[in-house]
Parts: sequence; structure tokens; C-alpha cells
Amino acid sequence: MNRKKLQKLTDNLTKNCKHFNKFEVNCLIKVFYNLVGDVPERSVAVVGLDRNAFRNILHVTFGMTDDMIMDRVFRGFDKDNDGCVNVSEWINGLSVFLRGSLEEKMKYCFEVFDLNGDGFISKEEMFHMLKNSLLKQPSEEDPDEGIKDLVEITLKKMDHDHDGKLSFADYEKAVREETLLLEAFGPCLPDPKSQMEFENQVFNDPTDFNDM
Amino acid sequence: MKEDSMALHILNKISTGDDPENEIKMKIAILLKQLDLHLLNHSLKYISLQINLNPKTVKKDIELLQRFSGKGEQTVLESIEYTSDYEFSNGCRAPPWRQMYGEICYVLVKPHDVEAFCITCSVEGVFLNGGKTDEEGDIDYERKGEVYKDLVTFLKEKSAVFSENMSKQEITFNEEQKNQIEEVLTKEEAAVPQKSISSPDRLKKNHINFVKTQMSKRLEPSLNWRAKVDFKEQKNLTKDSQEEKHGGKVEKSRTSISHGKVQLRKSVDKIEETISESSSESEEDEEQPDHRQEANADLPSEYWQIQKLVKYLKGGNQTATVIALCSMKDFNLAQETCQLAIRDVGGLEVLINLLDTDEVKCKIGSLKILKEISHNPQIRRNIVDLGGLPIMVNILDSPYKSLKCLAAETIANVAKFKRARRAVRQHGGITKLVALLDCAQNATEPAQSSLYETRDVEVARCGALALWSCSKSYSNKEAIRKAGGIPLLARLLKTSHENMLIPVVGTLQECASEENYRAAIKAERIIENLVKNLNSENEQLQEHCAMAIYQCAEDEETRDLVRLHGGLKPLASLLNNTKNKELLAAVTGAIWKCSISKENVIKFREYKAIETLVGLLTDQPEEVLVNVVGALGECCQEHENRVIVRRCGGIQPLVNLLVGINQALLVNVTKAVGACAVEPENMAIIDRLDGVRLLWSLLKNPHPDVKASAAWALCPCIENAKDAGEMVRSFVGGLELVVNLLKSDNKEVLASVCAAITNIAKDQENLAVITDHGVVPLLSKLANTNNDNLRRHLAEAVSRCCMWGRNRVAFGEHRAVAPLVRYLKSNDTNVHRATAQALYQLSEDADNCITMHENGAVKLLLDMVGSPDQELQEAAAGCISNIRRLALATEKARYT
Repeated sequence: MNRKKLQKLTDNLTKNCKHFNKFEVNCLIKVFYNLVGDVPERSVAVVGLDRNAFRNILHVTFGMTDDMIMDRVFRGFDKDNDGCVNVSEWINGLSVFLRGSLEEKMKYCFEVFDLNGDGFISKEEMFHMLKNSLLKQPSEEDPDEGIKDLVEITLKKMDHDHDGKLSFADYEKAVREETLLLEAFGPCLPDPKSQMEFENQVFNDPTDFNDM
Repeated sequence: MKEDSMALHILNKISTGDDPENEIKMKIAILLKQLDLHLLNHSLKYISLQINLNPKTVKKDIELLQRFSGKGEQTVLESIEYTSDYEFSNGCRAPPWRQMYGEICYVLVKPHDVEAFCITCSVEGVFLNGGKTDEEGDIDYERKGEVYKDLVTFLKEKSAVFSENMSKQEITFNEEQKNQIEEVLTKEEAAVPQKSISSPDRLKKNHINFVKTQMSKRLEPSLNWRAKVDFKEQKNLTKDSQEEKHGGKVEKSRTSISHGKVQLRKSVDKIEETISESSSESEEDEEQPDHRQEANADLPSEYWQIQKLVKYLKGGNQTATVIALCSMKDFNLAQETCQLAIRDVGGLEVLINLLDTDEVKCKIGSLKILKEISHNPQIRRNIVDLGGLPIMVNILDSPYKSLKCLAAETIANVAKFKRARRAVRQHGGITKLVALLDCAQNATEPAQSSLYETRDVEVARCGALALWSCSKSYSNKEAIRKAGGIPLLARLLKTSHENMLIPVVGTLQECASEENYRAAIKAERIIENLVKNLNSENEQLQEHCAMAIYQCAEDEETRDLVRLHGGLKPLASLLNNTKNKELLAAVTGAIWKCSISKENVIKFREYKAIETLVGLLTDQPEEVLVNVVGALGECCQEHENRVIVRRCGGIQPLVNLLVGINQALLVNVTKAVGACAVEPENMAIIDRLDGVRLLWSLLKNPHPDVKASAAWALCPCIENAKDAGEMVRSFVGGLELVVNLLKSDNKEVLASVCAAITNIAKDQENLAVITDHGVVPLLSKLANTNNDNLRRHLAEAVSRCCMWGRNRVAFGEHRAVAPLVRYLKSNDTNVHRATAQALYQLSEDADNCITMHENGAVKLLLDMVGSPDQELQEAAAGCISNIRRLALATEKARYT
């Protein structure tokens, strides 16, 4: 990619981006193209990170382990649902992912947790997300009982309108009361340590970034 | 018994001294006594197992059974009788040659349901014998059945009806037995004629007992008392129970002693508190014993819910843990049930373990809970026991501010007792906490960008909060200072947030008990800000500021600073807030210390503070009174204020306070009364209220400070009273008391008593009396001292006492002259003057002149003649002239 084009892309993306300055955007673009690898200049195919590549980044760089959550994060990034994260989705996604305000993060997280995208986190969805969260104890008769109980506890805490599912309003209220509940159903944001490492690396020497 | 009274005698003997060594002896004696008792009790337990029946118990049993025997369905037996009516002096009824076998008596029993039988009661137990052989009443002594441990057991075995009826009566019976035995015992022990209790009364008593103790009694009907009251050991037992009694007494007296000590310590504490220290190393939290919840007690529903949550904490990943933590936080963590439930289900361990992980969210959640539950003293202790403090101290280094804050706040809660404070220090917590104070430097703070961020001011506040808790230990105060905490605290003091100011001032106030701090506080211009915050709306803040001023105002420069920054007016106006006693105590304390400076007193008078103070002399707690009286004592050094105090009717309440027991208060009251007595009009009032007698009786107070202060106060009283001589003589034994105080080993007491003697000796008659009481040898004995204050008053007393009889000669004989000459080498003019006067008086005696001359007094006195002090000049000159005259006379005698 030539410099002029890069310059233009950077300017473009910086305009729409709240949390990164021009330099940072520039770095992130470089990282993106590093990750994507060499793409023919006039290729028709969509340039971007596919699901696997993206998940790999999430896992290696940000230490995420939960497959389902990683899938959902990918979906959160991939706004146009075309199966790959392009450069603008990359920048915008990272903007929230790394530096989003509480409001942005809440919106992002809620989308991640709302598995079927119906605007509510239902009991089933919760169960689904929490099912691996407890150590299975062999003595337990019903291994799922603990999870069910955990779901009930969560609902009791967060379901303010008592309709048996979490609306965004429920979620928002609970998070504003207790920020720890932002990632209530699984880590979908970088933990501060890996975030710091990532930023240090990327903004100091973008060409060096290599997660593979 | 003898032994016991001996022990008591020893205790008595020891306790009559008031020196600390005796106290230790006393303690040891008591401890030995306790050990002795303990050993006795312990061995009794074993001995009593081997004991069997004895004549008395058997007799009681039989007597009791007799009372429940007779015709009818309800009785236990038809009849029970001895075979022989004759009772030997040892209580046995068996013939002497059978007693050798341990047999006590023989009983004929006729139960309801079976044949009558004859029983042998022996030391080993009760068994069936061969029965009466013939009409003569001879008994076949051979054992025919098993041995039972007592009569009741035996009969239960043999007769069904007995056992059935017995169970109905059992309780009464047993209680009866017990009571009777107890009565007998008390009778024996006390050797007091037993009061005959009418039997309905007794039954009623039994009934009550029955109701009270039914369950436990039914389970073990007789073992208790039997094991206690038995055979041979009867003697032992009697002794023992007496011992127990005495032991009880000793213990009681010990508790009362220790009670006294507690009081003493309390008041010592109080003195410390009021004089210089705030609370260093004081333990707010007594380490109390745990009280775990009973396993089977009814547990509240929260208990089970918390148990479940703790299970998820243990077995959950980060997500589940966070959910469980958040849910746990929703319980009422201020409630003890929940706090203890978390601990009892093993939650504390888990919470503390979480702090050691890398999960920031888990740490935050865990600390949020620990912060709340650590308000409970038991939980604090558990946290320390589980090693929570070092981990929290480490968290203080975390890059996440909210985490730091929470850790500091939790430390603030936990470090409320000594061990915890030490742990914080030993793990380097103080330095880290001080570093937190440094956070609030940059005025421009970044917006809260991350989940884990919080405002810098908040971090500093939490740091100050933790330091406040920690600053109650002396070593921590030092550590804070060494870590450079004072300038940081000074800077934080400039902010205007009350949340911040309270812990900051609180810390300063704690630390101000140390000299180093007071100097630093002065240097850092902290006083100015303290004064400013006196005007705050927040009473707690005002209190701490006043308290800090109180601590710092020991120093003269600081007192001036308080005035220069306009702190006296708010202090005076805060006196009107009489509802908040803590605040009032702090404010009056600050006023007391500030009024040590004369300029401040003038200001206080301007602000009408003296009138208000007089108004506070009644109906206030002691902490306030001590300070109020202290302040008045300082104010009354001036004529105008003495008049004001009189006009406002302050003398009566002051004199009334002389009968108190609080030593800090007594020291101040005596001083205040003494100050007032300088005014003859005030003195008239004090005299009318019998204040002098009260002061005089305080000379008997065990505390040397009180003694000294009372003696000082007596001086102006004697000086200004009408008919002082007569008044002094009217106190029976008073003069002897004063003279004997010269045997004290406290310099201040000695100086004050010398001053009092100087005043007393102005009256010839009294001087005669104290001379008879041996004042001269006692004064002479004190002469070898280096204490200038004592020297001065001693010399004055000597010069006064010379005015009677052959006292001059007596001082010489008791070798008081040579040491007095050495006083002239002191640097204190007051000592010079007093000494020169004493020497002048003494030089009227030829032998003394020789001694003086030998000790080189003339040269020293010659220097004194050149002094600007006229009295000193005169006395020195007079003395020299006496010595010279003697020399001339000798020469003359030689040559003529």
C-alpha cells in the first residue's frame, strides 16, 4: 500500500474515531495490514481478518479463552456481518474495546451477551454463558443446579423490572450501581494488563506487532 | 484455716505499703495463692473419686428416707430404722470391733412390696447382711449380696415401689439432701448456730430449685453431691470449701485491687491524655474471645445464602466469582449476623485468597466486602490472623487507583488494634500509605477513563484514613514521620473537603503527642490551617482541630501562633456548644493549654471565656472538668480573673470538686483553688467552705502529683487566711501529717511541703509543734540535693524554722549547714537568696559559723553582697558580719 493511500485512509478513519489520535490510528492501520498480510492491490475480495484470525488475536493478545464470548466479540466488531473485520471495523471496534467510555462499553458488552440479538439477555442465554463458570463437583446430583442458581442470583441482582430477562435498561442500571457487573457473563473486554501491553507495543513499534 | 489466715495476714502486711515493689509482691502472693487453690481443687477431683460413704452422709440419707417413709401409697418405704440407738462420737453405730472393718451402721428397712431386710452401711458401700439372728438383737454381719454405692441405689434395686415412688420424689429428695448437706457444711464451717428453717419454707425453696434445675438434676441425680461431700475428706472438704471461700475473698480483694488499678490506670491514662499524650498505643479493640455461632442454634436464612455464595466463590471462575461477590455485597454487611456468617462458612479465607490473584475485578469485589465487614472487631482480628494485611499492603502498590483506595480503606478499618498496626508497619505499609498522600498533587486530573480509575484526591483521602488508624501506635507515628508524611499532610490540610480534612487532622492530632511532630507542625505552618478549620461547620473536624491544638499548645511559640492566627475567638465561642461533650472536652483542653500564655488569657477575658468556663464547672463529664479547671487555674494567675471567678460564683464549685477522686482533676482543682486563694476575699470564701481542710486532707492522697499540688495550694491559703495559725492548729494531726511528708521521695512533693512548712512556721506556736514533730532532722536530711527548686524551698523552710528554740543549733548538729553553703554555687538567684537568708539565720550560732567558714562560705557570700538583689545583699552581708564578729571575739579572747 502506498504512502498516499495510507495517509488518506488514516485521515478518513481518524475523523470518525473518538478515542484515537492520528498517530495511533496510523499505527493500528499498520498493525492491521501486518496481520492481514500482503493483499493484492486491486483484489476484489474483502480485505480483513476472518473469524479465526481475529479469535486468534483475542486469545493470544488479550488472553480470552471462552469460545462463545470470542465469537460474540467478533460479531461485535464485524458490524456489516460479512464474516470478516475490515480496517474501519478494526479501528472502530478497538476504539471501544480499548478506550470506550462506560456507556460505549455497556452497549458493546450488552450486544456481546445478547446472543440472539433480540435486545434481551434471557435466562437461557445466561445459562449458556455461565455454564462453564463453576467447577463441577462430582458429589453434586445435578451438575447444572449451581449454574441455575447462579442465573437466579444474577437475575435477582440485575432484573429490576422482574420480567425474568435483562433488558438493556436493567443491565445499564445494574452496571451503574456496580461497575464490576459490566462483564457479568464473561470477560469480553481486555484485562487492563494485556491492554497496556498491547498499546505499548502497538504505539511504540507497530511493525513489530505480531501475534502469531 | 490457719494457713489461710496467715496468707491473708501476709497479704495485709504487704498491701499496707504504697510503693510499687509491694504491689509486685502482692501480685506474686496472690498468684501463688491462686496456684495453691488450683492445685487443691485439682487434687480434690481425683481424691473424691476414691472416697466412699461416711457416717454423716449415711445419717443424712437415712434421716431423709425416714421423712419420706410411713404408711400410705406415696411414701418410698414403710419404715427405716437403725438397729442400734447408740451413736458413737464418730457418728457410727456399729460396735467398735465392726468399725474396724469400716462398717458404719446397720439399718432395718421395710419396703412396701418386699420383705424387710437388714442392711450394712459401710465405708465401701451398702450391702445386705445376714439379718438379725435372734431376739437379743445380734446381727449376722456376713455380707449376703452385692455392694451398692449408696442406700438409695441399693433400695432402688431391691424394691420396685421404692424406685417408682423415689423417682417421683427424687428431685425433692436430692435437693433436700444437697441443701441439708450444705447447711451442715455451713454450720460446721462457720460454727454459727444454724438457723432453724421451718420446713414449709424449705420445701418451697426446694420447689423453686426443682423448677430451676429439673432437667439436669434428673439426669444425674446424686453423683454431684456425693462426689463432693464424702468421707475422710470431710475434713479436707471443709478446709477446702473454706479455702474456696477465702480464695473467693482473696480473689475478690484482688479484683478490687485490680479494679483500683484499672481506675488508677484509667486516670493515669487520662492524665497522660490531658497532659501530653492522646492515646498512643491504646487499644480500642480489646481482643475479645471469639464467639462462633452455635452449630445447632437457629441460623438465619442469610447464613445459608452466604454459605452458598461462598461455595460459588470457591468453585467458580472469574465470572461466577464476580457475580457471587456482587451478590454478597447486597447483604446487609453492617449486620453482625452476616459478618460472622461470612467468616463461619470460611468466606474470609476465600476473600483474602482472592486478593492474592491477578484478577483485578475479583480483588475489587473482595475488598469491597472486606471493607464493610472489617468494621467488626472480631473480623478484624480474623483478617489479621489469616495474613490479610501483608496482601493488602502489597495492593497499595497496584497501578489501579480504585484498588489502592479500597485496600487503604480496609486497612484503615482493620488497623484498629495494636497487632494489626504493627503488622502494617512491619510489611512496609506506612511508607506506601504515605506515598498515597502524594497522589493529589496534580490539579488537573484526567477524567475517569477506566473502570479502575478514581480521583487522586480519593486515593489521598483513603491513605489518610488508613494512616489515621495506624497513627495510634508510637512506632507508626515515627514511621509516618520518617516516610515524610508531615509535609504531605500539611499540604492536604490546605484543601477544603471535610472528608479529607477529618482523617488528616485526625492523624496530626494523634501524632502531635510526640515532641518531634509538634516541632514539625510548627515548622510546616500547620497551626494556621488548624485554626482555620476551627471555623468549619463540621463538629468532628472542629473537635480534631481543637484536640490537635491542645496537644501542640504545650509549646509557647505555638500558643502565640494560635493567637496570631485568630484561633482564640473560635475556641471561646465553641465553649457555648455544650451538647457535644467530645468537642467540648477538646475545646476546653485547647483553651487550657493556650491560657498558659498571659497574652492569651487577656484575649480570653476579652471574649468573656472565663465566665463561660465558670459556668462549665458543674454538670460536665470529668474529661471536660479537668480541662475547664485547668484553664481556670491558669487564668487565675491574674488578679482580674480571680475577681471574675469570684464574681461569677466559681469558687464554690471549685471547692466542691476537691472531694473528687479523679487524680488529673484533683491536680488541676488544687492548683485552681490555690490560685484563687491569693486573693484575700477569695480566701475568705474558701475558708468559709472549709476548703483548706479539704486541701489538707488531699495531702493524704496516694498520688504524689495530687499531694504536691495540694501542698502548693495550701501556701497561699495559709498566707492569706485570717488567723491562719489558729486555722492550721485546728486540723487535728495536720501538722504531723505535713512533717511526715518530708519523708517522701518525690522532689515535687518535698519542694511543695517545704513551701508549706515555710508558711506554717510563720506562726510561732505552730513552729513549736512542728519542731516537736521533728521537722529539723527531716529538713536536714534533705539538704543534700541538687534540685534547685527543692533547694530554694528547703532553704526558706530552714531559715523559718531557725526562729524557734535551739533549732539553729539542731540544724548544725544534723549537718545541714555544709550542704547549704554549697547551694551558693547554684546558678539560680532564687536559691541564692533563700540560702543566704538561711545561712544568716544559722550564723547566729557560733558552731555553724565555724562550719560555714570551713566550707568556704565567706568568699561565696562576698560575691553575693555584690548582687543587685537587695534581700540577697542584706542576708549575705548579715551572715558575713556574724562570722566576722565571731572571729573578732575569738581574737579578742585570745589576746586578753
